[in-house]
Amino acid sequence: MSASADSANRFQSSWYAMQECLRSALSSIRAHGLRSSLTMLGIVIGVASVICVIALVQGLSQSISNQLQGLGGSTLTLRSHTPLEDQLRGKRNRLKLKDLEELRFRIDGISNITPLVFAGQGMGSQIRYGANTASGQMFGTTSNYQDVQKIFPKTGRFLTESDDASRRRVVVVGEQMRKDLKLPEDPAGEFVQIGNEWFKVVGVLEPRGEMFGMSQDNYLLMPFRTALAVNGVVLEPDLWITFSVNDLEALESTKLRVAMLMRQLHQIGPKQPDDFVVEASDMIAKTFKQISTTITLVVAGIVGISLLVGGVGIMNIMLVSVTERTREIGIAKALGARRQYVLMQFLIEAMVLAIIGGLIGIAIGFGLGYGIAQSIPDFPPPSVPWWAVTGACAFSGLIGVIFGILPASKAANLAPIDALRYE
Amino acid sequence: MIRLESIGKVYTLGDNEFAALTDVDLHIARNEFVALTGASGSGKSTMMNILGCLDSPTTGSYSLDGEAVAGLSEDQLAGVRNRKIGFIFQNFYLMPRFTALDNVAQPLIYRGLSPSVRRERAREALARVGLADRTHHKPNELSGGQRQRVAIARALVGHPELLLADEPTGNLDSRTAREIMALLTHLHSEGVTLIIVTHDPGIASHCHRVVRLHDGRIAEDFQQQPAPIEPPAATVAAHSPAERPA
Ligand SMILES: Nc1ncnc2c1ncn2[C@@H]1O[C@H](COP(=O)(O)OP(=O)(O)OP(=O)(O)O)[C@@H](O)[C@H]1O
Ligand SMILES: [Mg+2]
Repeated sequence: MSASADSANRFQSSWYAMQECLRSALSSIRAHGLRSSLTMLGIVIGVASVICVIALVQGLSQSISNQLQGLGGSTLTLRSHTPLEDQLRGKRNRLKLKDLEELRFRIDGISNITPLVFAGQGMGSQIRYGANTASGQMFGTTSNYQDVQKIFPKTGRFLTESDDASRRRVVVVGEQMRKDLKLPEDPAGEFVQIGNEWFKVVGVLEPRGEMFGMSQDNYLLMPFRTALAVNGVVLEPDLWITFSVNDLEALESTKLRVAMLMRQLHQIGPKQPDDFVVEASDMIAKTFKQISTTITLVVAGIVGISLLVGGVGIMNIMLVSVTERTREIGIAKALGARRQYVLMQFLIEAMVLAIIGGLIGIAIGFGLGYGIAQSIPDFPPPSVPWWAVTGACAFSGLIGVIFGILPASKAANLAPIDALRYE
Repeated sequence: MIRLESIGKVYTLGDNEFAALTDVDLHIARNEFVALTGASGSGKSTMMNILGCLDSPTTGSYSLDGEAVAGLSEDQLAGVRNRKIGFIFQNFYLMPRFTALDNVAQPLIYRGLSPSVRRERAREALARVGLADRTHHKPNELSGGQRQRVAIARALVGHPELLLADEPTGNLDSRTAREIMALLTHLHSEGVTLIIVTHDPGIASHCHRVVRLHDGRIAEDFQQQPAPIEPPAATVAAHSPAERPA
């Protein structure tokens, strides 16, 4: 026997002890196969439902944010913003034509300045073609819209600058609206009636697809100035202004300059909040992602409570197991096992049980998520982010430790002689 | 090596107090071979548990190897049991799920030795008790005598200075019992201090010293010429006595 081996350093010793605990935990779990699987069941079900829910929500949100990503990265959107309190008081902040003009002249390094205005007032939102009617959103915008939003005509043409300059009564319609109105495949040259006004259809826009099962193609666009004209002077329009920043590096500084300009134009005092928002267009995607993450966390949290139930199951069985193995504990103590070692042994066993349960749960949750997504038509494929998998594992392990502490300390605190004599 | 001074052990059961040991003084030197005898209920096992640091006396002082045991914490006692004492029980107390090798190696886990060192030493110990060919058997695949040898190997594996055996042959037939006694005698000849609890005068006759308890007190304590064990030559592997820690 070598003396050096006996004085193995502390770290190594605890590593060997840990290894041994793990081995003994696995062998004990294997020795009581049926019981172990029943013990894990709570954790398995808990983790499976968490993973399944996360997979579905994440899949959904990913497909949505992919659709939102069509908006370019160097594009900024400027729109009015009214705090909720003010909205409740009936106040409404607006971006006006003057803001558009000032933006055009006072900010450099930007292009494709595209206003968007809601064109409903004064005409009603009913659109008619022959005997068919449809309702949908109507916007006035300029020819830049297609470059900024990356939406191009499928047939016919888009709005042109001369359409805008001469306030032509022309529209391009979305695919869904074309179908609703039963317009021909290539409806260029047909006339539709909005309120009392007649408009000539010049093109159909390529489809944008669905979001939350609702068509996004139920809309039409007309020239910006046309929209202003038909809206009349009843209400001052509230504009959305989209523009590209030429130099991507200057995105942030441009944002700042625009904000300063708007504050100045709107005469906002130094302590007052903005009455507008300048945001990168992919902010919409980001905001959406945040919302969906919150939803995921909340739902996962609620389902995660079921894991606690699984933990109680583990504690229950571990207590039985400690009682059953009192004699073994007594032998270990007689042979020189310290309290700490016995504690660790049972904690590791609880943890291993919980983690195995967690892993099985992850696999089942995956399968379940895919099954559900597959069985719902048009549902996007589920996606399980790595943090959910790691989180589920870690959380199961934590549950194991928390609920293993009681049985483990019960085992560790047994007096050696009592444990040994236990019948 | 062992120094018991006015040891008393009182068990309390509800309102009743029962003195299992009263005023026991006992000195045992290194490499003695002692039989602890007495009628059933005379306090032998109680004494053994105290000697093995499994239980603490109600009164009196116990020093093992010059170290007062009373002042030690639970974990320090575990360390003492692990390094200085080897236990052999009547019911073997082996781990049913472990192989013979793992059973023998178990005390070394608590010393923090590596798996390979543990296995190596366990193999040596098993060879010493003549079970080199049974390393991968589980206890329920072994005979009673073989199980007791595994237990003896486990007691030996850490090279303790003191072997405590509580009725080591109590569950064995007489032939197997003789083999086990031959093995223990051999270990004594290699320098181990041995205390055997037995109520069997035949077993006690092989020991060099007999301490007899009666109602928790020492009634007799004498040296004797040990009776030879016949038939001789139980299977004891010829193994050179291992060098033992000082
Ligand atoms: N945990 C305990 N609680 C109460 N009384 C006990 C306890 N352990 C032992 N005793 C009592 O102490 C006395 C001595 O017991 P011990 O086990 O030491 O006897 P023994 O000499 O080993 O007997 P045997 O030969 O039958 O094994 C007995 O009367 C027993 O009832
Ligand atoms: Mg006894």
